Amino acid sequence: MANKAAPIAKPFQVPKIALYVIGFIPAVWLFYQGVNDRLGADPMRYLEQALGLWALRFLIATLMVTPLRQLFNVNLLRYRRALGLLTFYYAVLHLTTYLVLDQGLDWAAIGGDIVKRPYITIGMATFVILIPLAVTSNNASIRRLGGQAWARLHKLVYVAAIGAALHFLLVVKSWPMEPIVYAAIVAVLLGYRLARALNRRAVPKRQAA
Amino acid sequence: MLIRRPSDILPSEITSRDIYLNRRQWMTGAAGLAFAGLAGSADAAPLSTVKSPFSTDEKPTSREDVTHYNNYYEFGVDKSAPAANAHTLKTKPWTVKIDGLVDKPADYALEDLIKPATLEERIYRMRCVEGWSMVIPWVGFPLADLIKRVEPKSGAKYVAFETVYRPAEMVGQRGILPVLDWPYVEGLRMDEATHPLALLAVGLYGETLENQNGAPIRLVVPWKYGFKGIKSITRLSFVEKEPPTSWNRQASNEYGFYANVNPAVDHPRWSQATERRIGEGGLFAKRRPTLLFNGYADQVASLYSGMDLRKFY
Repeated sequence: MANKAAPIAKPFQVPKIALYVIGFIPAVWLFYQGVNDRLGADPMRYLEQALGLWALRFLIATLMVTPLRQLFNVNLLRYRRALGLLTFYYAVLHLTTYLVLDQGLDWAAIGGDIVKRPYITIGMATFVILIPLAVTSNNASIRRLGGQAWARLHKLVYVAAIGAALHFLLVVKSWPMEPIVYAAIVAVLLGYRLARALNRRAVPKRQAA
Repeated sequence: MLIRRPSDILPSEITSRDIYLNRRQWMTGAAGLAFAGLAGSADAAPLSTVKSPFSTDEKPTSREDVTHYNNYYEFGVDKSAPAANAHTLKTKPWTVKIDGLVDKPADYALEDLIKPATLEERIYRMRCVEGWSMVIPWVGFPLADLIKRVEPKSGAKYVAFETVYRPAEMVGQRGILPVLDWPYVEGLRMDEATHPLALLAVGLYGETLENQNGAPIRLVVPWKYGFKGIKSITRLSFVEKEPPTSWNRQASNEYGFYANVNPAVDHPRWSQATERRIGEGGLFAKRRPTLLFNGYADQVASLYSGMDLRKFY
């Protein structure tokens, strides 16, 4: 409660724009290295995978905002929109790399991939889910939809997180460590929310008894 | 608990640099190979070779890419991991056990296996099941030569291969979640193994193999996906029944025993119709169509006549 009595002067806050600037450093750096042939023997594959991985990292960062606030009293809520949008921008870059550099816009091959390859089907569905979330990530949309409906819509991010983790798990051969670790982090972040939701439902019952 | 003090090392036990370097000459001398001196990298010694009519005239992938973009899960799953981690494997001395249905079973010293052979340079295409390809100037000798020498019995229908199992020297073989069931095993039908294209490679780019490429001796079967090319071989067994193979055991719906390159038979998770040639065009390289049997159909298609290649993938 000491927090409420804290001095009126606002503590220094990192401006949101800084997050976008920092957030795009990996993309710029990857493209710079790629154009200068510094991404190893298979630069397209490296770029494609790195961009996808950054999308997943930003998605995880987005999902960490709430538990950090509830468990550790660290409030990063004002940055959540930027983190979510960075997730979307990296997903766009990842998908563009796949469509243009990997498949050379061969729509027959791409269509075949989407229909026949579960990891690509899932990846594409995950991207589609992110679109309405990105489009409504602004104050005007919250006002238009109403807070509750907006919040319900944005629960889709949980589905996107499962999709992204599965997409990574299914693309690799065998069961290497890295995608398992990312999937475990997603599972913990979603499990935390599920446990809290179940708890909240259980508590009133106990009080009524 | 008994903790033994390490014994003092006698100066005579320490190998001098000269002798250490001389050990690299095992490829020469009795093997009848010219030794051109110790040029190149510290790990690779030059080899003398004859040219082969089986070589492609396509442009070889750079030595840098061939030695730094590898799938060798015993040293980690990243493509760059083998080049970083493989130096821990000791490849000298090396023995290859030859057993099973064979008249001359034995533990052969590697140099004794290589000695009678004429080393050839064979520039082969290599197609990875993941959808990329290289052109690699291997140095080696036909597997058929070795098979002839050890005299398999008539009941031997397959050759089973095994990679060395040394968790202390191969970081990928350690750990609680093994990517594959070690040791790595592979197999060929006898007519595949004795096909003139099937090569036991001991070098590339005119030098002995780097560890990350499967030193000191590995299999190269250019009409099959790269994972059939088992590395750092310690055992060949002549057997009657189709032997187990590592990737087939790991995911039998994705990797078959035959694993012949075939653009018409998709991997369940990706198309095999096209491939990216490593080192060709960088970031903006175009895919190229994958060829049946990796372009070696004229030589090997007859091995599979009458077989349903979709069923026996």
